[in-house]
Amino acid sequence: MYLARIVGTVVATRKDDRLEGCKLLLVQPLDEKGGPEGKCAVAVDTVQAGSGDVVLVVTGSSARMTSRTKDSPVDAAIVGIIDTVAVDGARSWGPAVAERAP
Amino acid sequence: MNLARVVGRVVATPKDAGLKGAKILMIQPLDSGLRPRGSILLAADATGSGAGEVVLYVHGREAAYAFLPDVVPTDAGIIGVVDEIHVEPSKPGLS
Repeated sequence: MYLARIVGTVVATRKDDRLEGCKLLLVQPLDEKGGPEGKCAVAVDTVQAGSGDVVLVVTGSSARMTSRTKDSPVDAAIVGIIDTVAVDGARSWGPAVAERAP
Repeated sequence: MNLARVVGRVVATPKDAGLKGAKILMIQPLDSGLRPRGSILLAADATGSGAGEVVLYVHGREAAYAFLPDVVPTDAGIIGVVDEIHVEPSKPGLS
């Protein structure tokens, strides 16, 4: 799994039947400090994530293990919306941390 | 399976039902000399490991098997806490 930020949406009218009703989002992988790292990917959203959210992305066949993506032709799924990221020896970050800041 | 060090933790309140109760840790993969190798990743913890520990993790769909009979949608799982590593000095090319 990796950390990513939602940077866009993808709309595809003609698609595999099992993707009907799936929200496709563009995700930018992040490093431990929240900076962009690597290439964007398209992931199926299973947790009602939105623009700017920091999310948890699962890849490969494990992406088919959520109830929303079972037996679907997907290789990346958003399975969580991040509140905080705590890295040893560094300041925590994430939406829940920002809310508490003065 | 690979070696990694636990370097952090993430908290996600809205998440897939299969991840409820799962501890998700940030890990830094290591080489045989315990030097950092590659990017950090997030793994579900099946062993009760904690900050700074060197752990054994499995990548891919097999990671979910550590949590059976629960169906946990994860592609990385911590499946052991490393006590000791012995690397034979006469084996060049290990990385």
